[in-house]
This record gives sequence, structure tokens and C-alpha cells, in this order.
Amino acid sequence: MSASELLRELDSLKDAKTQIEHKISLLEAQLREINLRNDAAPPNGSSSLSYPTNGLTQDMIHRYSRHLMLPSFGVQGQANLLKSSILVVGAGGLGAPALLYLAASGVGRLGVIDHDVVELNNMHRQVIHTEAYVGKPKVKSAAAACHSINSTIQVVEHEEALQTSNALEILSKYDIIVDATDNAPTRYLISDCCVVLGKPLVSGAALGLEGQLTVYNYHGGPCYRCLFPTPPPRTACQSCAEGGVLGVVPGIIGCLQALEAIKVAASVGEPLSGRMLLLDALSGRIRIVKIRGRSMQCEVCGENATFTQQQFLEFDYEKFTQTPLRVPPLKLNLLPSESRISSKEYSEIILKKETHVLVDVRPAHHFKIVSLPKSLNIPLSTLEARLPEVSSALKKEEEDSGVASGSSAQLYVVCRRGNDSQRAVQYLHKMGFASAKDIVGGLESWAHNVDPNFPTY
Amino acid sequence: MQLTLEFGGGLELLCDSKKIHDVNIEQHNGEDKLIMKDLLSWVRNNLIKERPEMFMKGDTVRPGVLVLVNDCDWELSGQLNTSLEEKDVVVFISTLHGG
Repeated sequence: MSASELLRELDSLKDAKTQIEHKISLLEAQLREINLRNDAAPPNGSSSLSYPTNGLTQDMIHRYSRHLMLPSFGVQGQANLLKSSILVVGAGGLGAPALLYLAASGVGRLGVIDHDVVELNNMHRQVIHTEAYVGKPKVKSAAAACHSINSTIQVVEHEEALQTSNALEILSKYDIIVDATDNAPTRYLISDCCVVLGKPLVSGAALGLEGQLTVYNYHGGPCYRCLFPTPPPRTACQSCAEGGVLGVVPGIIGCLQALEAIKVAASVGEPLSGRMLLLDALSGRIRIVKIRGRSMQCEVCGENATFTQQQFLEFDYEKFTQTPLRVPPLKLNLLPSESRISSKEYSEIILKKETHVLVDVRPAHHFKIVSLPKSLNIPLSTLEARLPEVSSALKKEEEDSGVASGSSAQLYVVCRRGNDSQRAVQYLHKMGFASAKDIVGGLESWAHNVDPNFPTY
Repeated sequence: MQLTLEFGGGLELLCDSKKIHDVNIEQHNGEDKLIMKDLLSWVRNNLIKERPEMFMKGDTVRPGVLVLVNDCDWELSGQLNTSLEEKDVVVFISTLHGG
């Protein structure tokens, strides 16, 4: 069998396995329900005593016993939780642990919305997904995991992107909303929708080695816009795909989101409203700070605000934040086509041994992951100071190749995806390196179009 | 005046990737009052090493930056007019969007 045949066979077997596992868990749930009903109906001849249990079944009392024994949570807390409905927006790094704990704790109806599929580079933090689901919808994967932990709750799958057109309908079906998304426009969209519908919002965020958590729009507390009336500039909004993230950091924040959602749903304790938790994982510091209350001037929840469902439907969140909702990778086009070459063309330059210098302008810690042969790492932020290195590298290439070539060495610039390389070439042109060219699409294009064995990250 | 300044949420990248700065700010004209407005311009001139537009816009912080004086939102203490005292801790933190 060839490798591709093996892969196909493996894929189809994995599919079949997933389907069988799903079927098994469904049948098991059915069986449990039947048993439960049989238990409830006293067998002939036995006592027909009824026991006051505050509406909890025998199975529930057993499953949630450790909750029930908590004096500050108890039967009432669990009963409230079982009656509640919570929507988790995003089944990624934050949503993964939040969903697992919410399912396990017995939230009556648990919704999950996401439009993405599981990727291998999600696995280090999105611990709800397993390798068998790579390439499959995150919602399906997350729902299956929740179901396998707790088959007695209702898990609702929303396999779509949250937009103004569907947000009101979807969010209105739940008591509490958990924001586990990864971009600014969706965060404003969710907060505004929660204000319009009067829903509490448990908001978490994580990036790099830091995390933030608070509860918005709860019992007269502030909404997201009270805190951030004006969106930050696009360049201030890094995503985990751009900036990186240590897997356990969103894990911690996601767990805390589950905790806050459970407190709100069960009506216990003091939810984190009017306060914000800031986690600095590297220094091992958590601080909880007091934030402003509801702003009377807030355009959405303020005293004179008249933000209606209709206005919400018509609001352009992408324009407001100057960021697309679905975060496609940024694709700049700063250079004329004669100042750019494709990765294929560059591979021919290597083959023909043409005299040239390749400058890689990624940050040094990116360069350490993987790089093209004989490339010179000068991060974009240091290019200005290190221009002489470019000149001397070119000169050395010319000397090494001998006089025979007669022509001067070419200068090429590469980065991860082909944006910074264009910025660098623009600058190099300005500084007199007129022949500098960038490699369109960067190293990702190299992996895609020249060498599929080149590692991408 | 001795102050502890902290930068987080990525703002530390603007000041040599250092998060905590213990600083001593000399007040000019013998005035013994220091307000946040003064501190912001001091920070901009003395600590911010690159892209100052990622820290400030006009005479205040850029949108998306929370300012905390002794763990309390500066909105509650008068924003730019918040008076600072010896040993105060001021935190500048950029809101995160990732997940």
C-alpha cells in the first residue's frame, strides 16, 4: 500500500471510529434514561415511599454529590445550575476548559458556537479537542467531549460564525454568555448584544503569558463599552496566531470563566463584576483591581443610550474596530510587482547559484524555529541600525563569487507571511538598496509551493 | 517622588520589555503635587523607547489602555487629575483580545 492509500484508509477508519463512539454514547445515554425511569417507578411489592429531594433525581444526587455537600453551594445552587442555560462563544483556548467544566458541573443547557475547524497547532491549548478531530468542526468535537463527560445535559451545537444577523436569535436562548473569542470586533458585538438582551457576560482574554477576566453587564455593573468606549488601534490587537500563547494561560482564564458563569447561574458568591482579574503567568502574579462602574455616558448602556435591537443589527463592527470579524491573516500589498518574486522563483535562484543575499526580517526567536539556508537574520525592528550588515553581506557575496559574474549581488527579503518583508523592502529602497525584492507570501509560501517538508508554525 | 510603574498586556514592549520600573520623579518648581497628567508626559519622555503612539493619544493614554492607581481604575480617582503620593503603584495595561 502506498502512503496516500494508507492515509486514506486511516482517515476512513478514524471516521468510522468517531461515528461508532458517538453511537455508543447515545445508546448509553438512552439506557441510563430508561434505567432512571425504571428506578423512579417503584418495583411491584416494594415500598412506595417518596423521598423529598428538592427535585433532584437519584442519579443527580450521586453525580453532583460533592457540589451538594458544599454549604455555600448545596442543593439550591445545583438546582439553579441544572435549570440554567449558558452559551460559550468560541471553542478555542478559553472555551475548551470552560466548556469541559460547565458540562461536568451540570449546566442544564450548554451551547457552543464556533465556525472553525480543529488544527494541529490548536492542540497545545484547546484541550477539549483530540487528534482524531483535526480538520473537523470545533463545535462537533467540543460537543462530543462535553457529551462524553456528562450525557445528562443538553449540548447545543451552533456551527457558524457569530454575526449581527444571528447574534440576537442565538444569544436570546441562553441566560448567561461566556465570551471566549479571540478578536476585538466580536468582543464589542457580544457585549452590545448582551446589553440589548439584558444578559450577563463572562469575558476572558489571554495572550502570550497574560490573561484578563471580568463579568460585564451584571446587576448594574459596567459593559465592555463603558470600559473601552473607543476601540484600540488595529496594531494593538495581536492574536494568539500572531503573538503566540502559552497553552496553560488561556486554560487558567477559561477555568475562571467557568467558575464565574457557575456563580452567576447558581446565584452564589460574588461574581467578578466591577472588578478585573489580571494574570501575569511569568512572574506568578494575580491581581484583582477595581474598575469603573456603569458609565452614564456609555453609548450602549448609559443613561441616555437608545441602543436598540435594530441599531445593533445595523451596526458595522468591522468598520468600528477596523478589524475583520473572522481574522484572516493580514495581506499587505505595498510593493510594485517588479520588486517582488515568488517563492518558486527564489528556489530557481538557489538552484542556479545566483549571487545574492537573503535577509530574514523575522524576530530572532522566530528565526530560531526554522529558517532558509544561508539567510541572514536582521529583525525588522533592528533593520535601521543594522543596515551596514546588509551592505557588507552584499559586498562579501560579490567578492566570493569572483569578478566573472560581473554583475552585483541581488538582495532578497523574506519573513513569515510576506508582510514585514514588504515593509523592509520599502525601507531598503528608501535607503538606496534599489534592487531589493521581497518573497511573496514568505516562508509559508515556500512550504506551500516549493517544499512541503519545510516546517510551518 | 518614589513610584512603582508597571506595564502589561504588551505595553512593556515599548519600554525595553521591562514590566516593573521603580522610578524617582523630581518635581520641578518646588511643587509638591504630582498628578497623572505630569506622570504620563514623564513616562513618555523617559521610559517609552519606541512607538509612543501605542502608549498615548493626545495628552492621555490611547484607547484600549487601562490605568490603575493602587489597583483602582483611574476613572474613579479623576483620570488625568488623579494626585499621586509617595510609593504609589501605577499600572498601565493594554486590553487583550486573544483566546
